[in-house]
Amino acid sequence: MAPETHTDKVYEAELAQLRDRLLVMGGKVEAAIAGSVRALTERDPSLAEKVIAGDRDVNRTEVEIDDMCRRLLALRQPAASDLRFITTALKIVTDLERMGDLAVNVAERALDLSHSPPSRPFHDLTELADLSAMQLAKALDAFVERDVKKAEEVIADDDRLDALYHRLFNDLLAYMMEDSRVIRRATSTMFAAKQLERFGDHATNVAEMVVYMVRGTDVRHPGSRGGEGGAGPSA
Amino acid sequence: MNAAQEIASVNTTPRRSMDAVETPVRIQSPAPAPVAAREPPKLTVEKLNAWYGKNHALHDVSLTVPPRSVTAAIGPSGCGKSTFLRCLNRMHELIPGARAEGTLLIDGRNLLGRDVDPVTLRRRVGMVFQRPNPFPTMSIRDNVAAGLKLNGIPGNHGEIVERTLRQSALWDEVKDRLDASALSLSGGQQQRLCIARALAVQPEVLLMDEPASALDPIATAKIEDLIHELKERYTIVIVTHNMQQAGRVSDQTAFFYMGDLIEVGPTEKIFTNPSEKRTEDYVTGKFG
Repeated sequence: MAPETHTDKVYEAELAQLRDRLLVMGGKVEAAIAGSVRALTERDPSLAEKVIAGDRDVNRTEVEIDDMCRRLLALRQPAASDLRFITTALKIVTDLERMGDLAVNVAERALDLSHSPPSRPFHDLTELADLSAMQLAKALDAFVERDVKKAEEVIADDDRLDALYHRLFNDLLAYMMEDSRVIRRATSTMFAAKQLERFGDHATNVAEMVVYMVRGTDVRHPGSRGGEGGAGPSA
Repeated sequence: MNAAQEIASVNTTPRRSMDAVETPVRIQSPAPAPVAAREPPKLTVEKLNAWYGKNHALHDVSLTVPPRSVTAAIGPSGCGKSTFLRCLNRMHELIPGARAEGTLLIDGRNLLGRDVDPVTLRRRVGMVFQRPNPFPTMSIRDNVAAGLKLNGIPGNHGEIVERTLRQSALWDEVKDRLDASALSLSGGQQQRLCIARALAVQPEVLLMDEPASALDPIATAKIEDLIHELKERYTIVIVTHNMQQAGRVSDQTAFFYMGDLIEVGPTEKIFTNPSEKRTEDYVTGKFG
């Protein structure tokens, strides 16, 4: 939303409330991914359980935000930046919900692994986890601050995340080949790593929508539109 | 290469990178600009200025209106949008002390020239007003034929009455009572009757000044539906306070503010991603 306020203060408050709910949901997902990775590295089943239980709350918030968006679209007929803000909210809420599910997947792996003997630590896994969580935090910052530059950094940094995942994958493969007894554990770790890589992709989606929200240009799938990015036929 | 290296070299390129090499998703490109946009403009306005006495109401307005399209003029009260509309068929100059200067071309021919007879011009550029204003003492039939009689247009008036009542989507509702008073019609029907009356003299351009603001939602929808049909033959310029209406009926939207044309562009762009901050503030409701 642009800094100026709407003449209709109730509408203004409704938009602010929508933004706040999205941030609350984003915060919950950030906490979930951090918790699930900690449960994994620290072999903490109770923390994993907590993350799994907390997903219900994330899902509830998604439904609530969807309702808010539908209500705003139906009753306020938003235009221009408000329209882009609300349609962005509708899209990123889906990404956030999916990110919550990915955190649950990691937590489930953490539960599974907590019953097995510890495997050797993988430095890249912690780094991958930190980087994916940071990507989400940054994408949400970009959303709040309407900061295209920050959003573009998130989009660019996804390559770093992919490279880390790639390295970890090969590392785990080598580990399994050295000792077939660790295959089950290493596969679980690999699965968790994949979730983190996907988590980063969703953060990128959020960042792409932020660019759309602020500029009105679609940066996804370059080349898939006939002409210049943008909302409509040019004059 | 041993087995371990071989497996380790499996391509693990994550999905997102794979996406980049896939055939890009084909999104249907935005609706192409109407054919009309590639034809020479029906109306060309250049540096139009209008005054009410000393009050300078329109400042250097320039825009073009493609043939067979709908252009909506929006903006807060007193922004000049109605003055702009009234300049287009020289009704503005009927107000004592009012004058307009600039270039106003219809099919490339100047409308503001001294040699142009405003009455002839108004046959080519018809107008529909905010309040339905049928001639109260006349029948439905005579209302539609009024312009034909006034202008001494020969021909089978009965045929023209039927054709224009059909064009204005009123025929089925009035065909059995053409001799009834125009005032026996509902507000929405009266407005469509006024549109029929404007169409009877076969104008090329139809100006509409808030044509639905006095009507209920169903009557409004009928007028809007009619606008969609009429634009296949006529060039329409509509002034509306209702931004959703501008969004629903128009191809291009012009935003006026304090006598200036702030921005004109494809309606979709004006309502999703306007270029000017004042347009943005107006369409999102941040004025006042």
